[in-house]
Amino acid sequence: MAMVYNLVNDNTQRKPKEYIANLEGKKGILEVQDLSAWYGDTLAIKHISMIIKSQAITAIIGPSGCGKSTFIRCLNRMHEVSHGGRVEGCVLLDGNDIYARDVDPVVIRRRIGMVFQKPAPFPTMSIFDNVAAGIRLTRLWTRRWELEEVVERSLRQAALWDEVKDKLNQSGASLSGGQQQRLCIARALAVEPEIILLDEPCSALDPAATLKIEDLMRNLAEQYTIVIVTHNMQQAARVSDMAAFLLMDQDRAGILVEYGKTSQLFTNPKDKRTEDYITGRFG
Amino acid sequence: MKCNDANTISPGRMRSWRFSGYSRYSDRIFSNLTLVFALVIVGILLGLVVVLTIDAMPAIRRFGLAFLSSSTWDPVREAFGALPAIYGTLLSSAIGLIIAVPISLGAAIFLVELAPSWLKGPASLVIEMLAAIPSVIIGLWGLFVLVPFVRSPIESWLGSKLGFLPLFQGPPFGVGFLAAGIILAIMVIPIITAVSRDAMRAVPNEQREAMFALGATRWETIRQAVLPYCRSGLVGAIILGLGRALGETMAVTMVIGNSYALTASLFSPGATIASKIASEFSEASGGVFIGSLVELALILFAVTLLVNVAARLLVWRMTSVKAAKE
Repeated sequence: MAMVYNLVNDNTQRKPKEYIANLEGKKGILEVQDLSAWYGDTLAIKHISMIIKSQAITAIIGPSGCGKSTFIRCLNRMHEVSHGGRVEGCVLLDGNDIYARDVDPVVIRRRIGMVFQKPAPFPTMSIFDNVAAGIRLTRLWTRRWELEEVVERSLRQAALWDEVKDKLNQSGASLSGGQQQRLCIARALAVEPEIILLDEPCSALDPAATLKIEDLMRNLAEQYTIVIVTHNMQQAARVSDMAAFLLMDQDRAGILVEYGKTSQLFTNPKDKRTEDYITGRFG
Repeated sequence: MKCNDANTISPGRMRSWRFSGYSRYSDRIFSNLTLVFALVIVGILLGLVVVLTIDAMPAIRRFGLAFLSSSTWDPVREAFGALPAIYGTLLSSAIGLIIAVPISLGAAIFLVELAPSWLKGPASLVIEMLAAIPSVIIGLWGLFVLVPFVRSPIESWLGSKLGFLPLFQGPPFGVGFLAAGIILAIMVIPIITAVSRDAMRAVPNEQREAMFALGATRWETIRQAVLPYCRSGLVGAIILGLGRALGETMAVTMVIGNSYALTASLFSPGATIASKIASEFSEASGGVFIGSLVELALILFAVTLLVNVAARLLVWRMTSVKAAKE
C-alpha cells in the first residue's frame, strides 16, 4: 500500500508489556499501553493506558477538544489517515500489537469497525450496495444470495430492516438522518468486526433517533465489543458498562483522568476533576 | 398605541429610517443595473447568431442542406461543402480527449489523493501555467518539435505495426489529424485536470474515512468512494475540455496540414472548421465564398452548443436520479 505511515522507527519503544487478560469476569480484548498521538507537531493525547473489555460498552467522555475522537481513531489505525497523524505506544488486540511493523492497517480496520459522527452513506450506492460495500472489498466475487443474506442480517442487527426492506434499491441518501446512521452501523457490521468504534454517533441526530441507536447498542453488546465516544454524559450513563474520562492537561493534550465501571464513575468518582465534570461544573 | 416606545422619535432611529429608505433606492438601481448587464450578454449572443445567419445567407440559399454533406471546396467554381471540416473537427477533438482524459484524471487523482502536501501547490501551479500559454506558442512548438516527432517515430511505428487498420495507413506526413489531436490534448489537459481536481477536492472527507474504516485500501477508496461521488463534476470537466478542443484555432491550424480531404487515416493532413475559417478568411472574396465560411462558423457554433446542452443534460440527469431517490 502506498500509504505513508508515520510510525516511530525505534522498534524497542514498541515492545508491548505483558498482556493482561481477565478483568472482573469479562475478558479484556483491547489493551492500550502508553498511547500518545500527534497531529503534525501538536500532541493530541498523551500516555493513555487502559483495557477495553470484551462484549461490553465502553464510553469515552470528556469536554470538547480533549482528544476523545483522536483516541478512538487510534484504536483501529484511522488516526494515521488524518493529515500528519502519528502514534506512539501500543494497542494490543488479543495480545498482538496492531501497530507492529508487519501489520496491515486494512486488516485491522476489518476487525475493528468504525461509525462516524456524521452519517456518511455512499450517495451513489443503493441501500443494498452500501451494506454490501465492505464485503465486496474483501472478496473479488460473491454470490448474490450470499450477499443478500449478509445484507439482511446486518440490517436486522442495525434495527433497520423493517424500514428499508422494500426499498433496498433506493439511494442511501434517501433515508432520514437516524436511518442513515443505522445504515452506517449496518455497513460496519456487515464485515463482521469484533469491535465497533462509535465516534459520537448520535450528535447529529434527534432524541428519538438517539434512543433507537442506544437500544441498538445494548443489543449489539451481547455479541460485539463497543467503544463509544460521547460528550453527552446522560448517554454514557445510560448505555455504558465502563467509562473513561479524558481531560486536557496544561499542554492542551488529552490525558486519561479516570477509568472504571460506569456506575462507580458516575456515582462515586475517585478524582476531583471527574466529579467537577459530571456535576456540570465545567465542560 | 402598543408600540409607543418603538415609535418615539430618537435621533438614532430617524437616521436608521433614512438609511433604510436610501438602501431600498440604491438596491433598485443596483438590481436594474445588473439586469442590464445580464441582458447585454444575451443580446451579444443573439446578435452573433443573427449576424452570422444573415452573412451566411448567400451560401445557405445556394447550397441548402447539401452544404453539410458535400466535401468539395472549390472557390473557382464556387462550390462549397462542410463535411471534411466537420469530420476533422470531431476527429481531432476525439483524439485529443482520448489522450487527455486518462492523463488528466490520473494527474487530478494524484494531486488530490496521493501527492505529499509540499508537492500539491507547485504541481498545481505548473498545470495552471500550461493553461496560460498562448495557443500560437503551442502551435509553433507543435510545428517545429512535435510534428517531426509524430512523423517519426510515432507514425512510422504505428504504420508498421498497426498498418492493417485504415486508421494507420498512408504516408507519415507528420502534420495531420494525429498531430492536431496531440496538440489539442496538451491544450485541454490543464483544464480537465484543474476542474476535476476541484471536483475531487469537494468530496467530503467523511466519504473517504467511511471507506477506509470498512477496510479499503487507498485505491479502493478512490475508486469506490471518491470518483463516484464527484462523477458529475468529472463529466463537466471533460465537457469543458471538449468545448475548448472543438473551438481551438491557432495551434490546430499550424499543425493539421490544411488539406480538405475526407480520409480515414489519422496520418493524413486535414482541416477543422476553425482552421478552415482562419486559413481562408483573408483571401475570401465574393458573397458565396464568404457566406460559406460564415456558415462554417455557424455550424461550429451549433456543434459547441449541442455538446454543451448534451453535457448539461447528462450532468442534470445524473444528479436528478440521485435527487429523485432522495
